[in-house]
Amino acid sequence: MKTTTLAALGLATTIATTATAEDIKIGLLLPYSGVYAALGNEIDAGFALGLEQFGGETDATFEIIREDTEVKPPVALGKAKKLILQDEVDVMTGIVSSGVLGAVRDMVHGAGVPLIVSNAGNDEATGADCSPFITRMSFSNGQVNRPMGIWMYEQGIRKVYTLAPDYAAGRQMIEAFEATFTAAGGEIVGQDFTPFQKTQDFGPYLTQAKSSGADAVYVFYAGGEAISFVKQYDSFGLKAELPLYGSGFLTSSLYVNAQGPAAEGVIAASHYVPTIENDANAVFVDGFTAKIGRAPSEFAVQGYDAARALIEATKAGATDRASLAAALRQVTFDGPRGTLSIDPATNNIVQPIYVYETVAGADGLTQKVLAQLPSEADPANGCVMDPVSN
Amino acid sequence: MTTDLGFWTLQALNALQLSMLLFLLSVGLTVIFGLMHFVNLAHGALYALGAYFAASVAAVWGYWAAFLLAPVAVAGVGVLLYSGFIQRMRKSGPMAQVLVTFGLIFVLLDMTRIIWGDLPLAIEVPAMLGGRLAFLGVEYPTYRLFIIVLGLVVLAGLAFVLGRTQIGAMIRAGVDNDEMAACLGINVERLFFCVFCVGCALAGLAGAVAAPLLSVSPDMGLQILIPTLIVIVIGGLGSLKGAVAGSLIYGFVQTFGAVLAPQLSSVLIYALLAAVLVIKPVGLFPAKG
Repeated sequence: MKTTTLAALGLATTIATTATAEDIKIGLLLPYSGVYAALGNEIDAGFALGLEQFGGETDATFEIIREDTEVKPPVALGKAKKLILQDEVDVMTGIVSSGVLGAVRDMVHGAGVPLIVSNAGNDEATGADCSPFITRMSFSNGQVNRPMGIWMYEQGIRKVYTLAPDYAAGRQMIEAFEATFTAAGGEIVGQDFTPFQKTQDFGPYLTQAKSSGADAVYVFYAGGEAISFVKQYDSFGLKAELPLYGSGFLTSSLYVNAQGPAAEGVIAASHYVPTIENDANAVFVDGFTAKIGRAPSEFAVQGYDAARALIEATKAGATDRASLAAALRQVTFDGPRGTLSIDPATNNIVQPIYVYETVAGADGLTQKVLAQLPSEADPANGCVMDPVSN
Repeated sequence: MTTDLGFWTLQALNALQLSMLLFLLSVGLTVIFGLMHFVNLAHGALYALGAYFAASVAAVWGYWAAFLLAPVAVAGVGVLLYSGFIQRMRKSGPMAQVLVTFGLIFVLLDMTRIIWGDLPLAIEVPAMLGGRLAFLGVEYPTYRLFIIVLGLVVLAGLAFVLGRTQIGAMIRAGVDNDEMAACLGINVERLFFCVFCVGCALAGLAGAVAAPLLSVSPDMGLQILIPTLIVIVIGGLGSLKGAVAGSLIYGFVQTFGAVLAPQLSSVLIYALLAAVLVIKPVGLFPAKG
């Protein structure tokens, strides 16, 4: 266990306000080992950078206690208990896997500890299972894919074949796309859900997609599966005759260089790409690149914005579990992703979605933003919550 | 379901390609088991090491150097494993052996994470094998054809060595009855060592060959271990014929299962495994009668 104290850098450069400095204990619950270790480290780096860049804006000081979920729900639940009961943290953040989020949800809700989710996208977390203590600064599975159905129909695409790994996130992503695409008038001519983390060879599915008569293929894959998929898609020569679209994780800047030229021309929808043009993003990309040596990914920005949200909440005067939870629900700021806010009806983030194409740049692959689709709050999906009270 | 012949040709090629990749892996494992009665569960980890070595070498000297050096490097790791653990464990019974090699999986997995990091790596397909070849009325990625051909070449080579040469006769004698073979003046222990190294080299070769097709990630060894074990259990422990049959059955069931009954595809192969274990517990082509 690593304990890092980030005294708000002693940089109270602003004229000191009357508030006394509060020490906020943060429990950072991320996978530092297991299949999502790369994502855990990326979010951690973003979070640390966020505290560093914005810590000076608040009087509060922050102490981080890191715990490794190992991407195992029972392990994560034990670690969450430890953070809440033993370390008595004021706020928790992190959580990459939706399974882990499901496991710690009741514990967090019951203990009344605010949790800022910095990845896990399952729709229920801000739907039927929503909690006034859980705010999400990352994305919901539906949110990223819903606008893409309409956008692709507007591009003249009428018949689509979909592919995704067979687990909750894969199904939610594809369902959200399918709902808007078919509502717009499009047709899903075929669909496969491949065994999750057991499929290394996509050949059989690609051959089926090819013979389906579709205009395009829409997929959700992430991590190692995304690399294999994009490379194999290209090796079958499908890219020319059957353009590949997907949820942004498909060609995430975190691993797009491992996909190489195979990723060129793939069009995906994401809540963040490092090439978004705004001042906040320029500061973020510069800071991250200086520290880590490469451009940040959507996972890094999720950690960065989680830190920013926490700082905004303390600026609003929140000091303990209850006041932080209430303040987090009202957070809004302009970040690298554009204007962000929390929808108090579901506690999910409201953010623009970017459609981008992976193109060859001066040094490696880069992302060309094709369209910025407007922010939309997720439907409540059965979420019933008391309004913010303060 | 389409009646287009090209579709089925392509799927058959997909199945064959998967079979050959599994064959490269399972043949090493099965011969090691047949000869040494030693279940090396770390075989999958050696495959992952092969892929990582290949990724590192390919980044400097290109793919073909990786193709040649990765098996050698993995065989080198095999030498270390043999002298460090396996030689000592020879007489300690299957349970202890399984535990040690099972532990090795996690040690090697974390070593790859420490050395190469958590982010998946990738290798480009060599330029010579890029693109697609048209034949039998279909277009198929050249690199996948290369895997099929390589698998067939290794199969032919092993069949020749095991069936037609003196060393093959010695290995077969060792598999059949190691004590009798030792009495006849065969240095069985040295034979074991050589076979173990060749098995490791084949795992490394499989890793190097799979790397451009898949992504190179720390858990790739764990992912491939179960299919490999299924192949050798279906085929029959210790026999070349069994490894071939098991690989082909796995490849075709997996591929056509995904096409014809996608909902069942992940269950089919396990159902088949259970059926084989019930009907013929020693596998389809066991080494000994």
